[in-house]
Amino acid sequence: MNANGSLMHKLALQGVSRRSFLKYCATLATLMALPPTAGRAMAEALAQARRPSVIWLPFQECTGCTESITRSHSPSIESMIFDTISLDYQETLMAAAGHQAEEVLHKVVEENAGKFILIIDGSVATGLDGAYSCIAGRSNLDLLREVGPKAAAIVAVGSCAAYGGIPKAKPNPTGAVAISDIIRDKPIVNIPGCPPIPVVMTAVLAHFVTFGKLPELDRLGRPRAFYGETIHDRCYRRPFYDQGKFAKTFDDAGARQGWCLFELGCKGPVTYNACAHVKWNAQTSFPIESGHGCIGCSEPDFWDAGGFYKALSMPADPLKFVAGAAVAGAAVGVAVSIANRARKGAARAAHETATLADLEK
Amino acid sequence: MNELQFLTWVRGPGLDIALSIFLLGVLWRLIEIYSLGRKPDLAVPRKRPGASGWHTILRRSVAPPGMVKRSPVSYIGGYIFHVGLAIIVFLFVPHIKLIEGLTGLSWPGLPSQVVDAVTIVTLAAMVVVLVDRINKPVKRYLSTFEDYFTWTLTFLPVLTGYLAVQHLFLPYTLMLALHILSAELLLVFLPFTKLFHAFTVFGSRWFNGDINAKKGVPV
Repeated sequence: MNANGSLMHKLALQGVSRRSFLKYCATLATLMALPPTAGRAMAEALAQARRPSVIWLPFQECTGCTESITRSHSPSIESMIFDTISLDYQETLMAAAGHQAEEVLHKVVEENAGKFILIIDGSVATGLDGAYSCIAGRSNLDLLREVGPKAAAIVAVGSCAAYGGIPKAKPNPTGAVAISDIIRDKPIVNIPGCPPIPVVMTAVLAHFVTFGKLPELDRLGRPRAFYGETIHDRCYRRPFYDQGKFAKTFDDAGARQGWCLFELGCKGPVTYNACAHVKWNAQTSFPIESGHGCIGCSEPDFWDAGGFYKALSMPADPLKFVAGAAVAGAAVGVAVSIANRARKGAARAAHETATLADLEK
Repeated sequence: MNELQFLTWVRGPGLDIALSIFLLGVLWRLIEIYSLGRKPDLAVPRKRPGASGWHTILRRSVAPPGMVKRSPVSYIGGYIFHVGLAIIVFLFVPHIKLIEGLTGLSWPGLPSQVVDAVTIVTLAAMVVVLVDRINKPVKRYLSTFEDYFTWTLTFLPVLTGYLAVQHLFLPYTLMLALHILSAELLLVFLPFTKLFHAFTVFGSRWFNGDINAKKGVPV
């Protein structure tokens, strides 16, 4: 287990004990709802693993995903894993720049073809042949078409890479699409979120290194272990929803008592993510705990879903036709009434009184 | 179109279209019906105790003597699902929130567990009433496509609403969208089918009661 260059060896050099490493693996396995033995398997696989090459490409993104992952919590065994996998290209974190960095990228891709993990954050601009977003003079689209097919697996980090994200919001000026819209024949795992939870990413990487395949995914390509339940179902404010106790504004008495934020636009009921139980910042809190409703950032098209502060039960758009329809309905009613009266009047006018003589005819 | 887009559509343009057709139809039919008028009654009205439009509105809400025994499913089942529907539609908090959002009116709701239980009872009562309609030869003979159609229109929103809340069969987002869509279908067809009795029931009772009261007959 202590072979030079292995992860365990590297960790030992950095003062991480075998015990804390095992605890970390057990935590990851538990988070992913794997059987208890998986923790040990994970530890053995990770400890013996040669550092897998990881290439991180940023496309149309805001670097929020990278910011999130660098804040992976505690003295951060996650961030050590992050250091200890061979992160060969990450524009925000690497020291190299310019031609040297690009040369490294292409060298690593060629040397590790079919073996490296490709992490992408950001959507792919397809408008104007991808000219909206370029790195080193090449469009993201071009780069993805070259590097994507050579990866062992692709991890689409963040809602932009997973679904198109904010760049795809109407009217989508850059023609932004998700990674899975371009690369169709590689295993892709989506880790959506704006940004995603750091530990979710490290857990997926650990799973891949341990088992050589991606974890079980849901219909949107998300790891089921983290995206299997809605925020609403795991929310500690759920009892208030069931009791019908809602905060009306962000600073009223209800809000101070921690009542449900449904009326303030919380999208927890339609959002599948792990925020409510895995939480953020060393399990400190998550948006709802901080007093703001969930905006649904791990769901496709959350950016065009009718407004962050509109309750799910409210109309998503202003009602445009209703007033006109009411007037039209009243007008039709009046017109039909007039027609009915005219018909009655005509019938009355056409009525001929029968006389005894008529009957005897 | 993914699930959230579908949900956003039914919450947005779909709701707009459905509410528009609903309002158009309701206003059209109410104005048409109530403007029909009636011929002036020149006879001196008779007076009998218990004979008036208001009496009839109340009297017809109670089963005539012996009828509950003769047709228990129609009366008991009918009562249960009508009251159940009223509770679900008007006392489930998210529904009140929608009404508040549309009209500004709001009132306290029931705990969602209570509404859950009412929903189960309502669904069961509706199924029993339907089975009875199919099983009883006379009822079956009297039933037309419209009866089965309106039953389905009423049943689907209750069923999909329950499944959505309980997270059964389909992801919540999709089921919620289907629930809203089915409620919108109900709104669209309500003014143009016998479901319009929701608006006319008390008016027509009053009319029948009043016209017969003038003849001295408490109906």
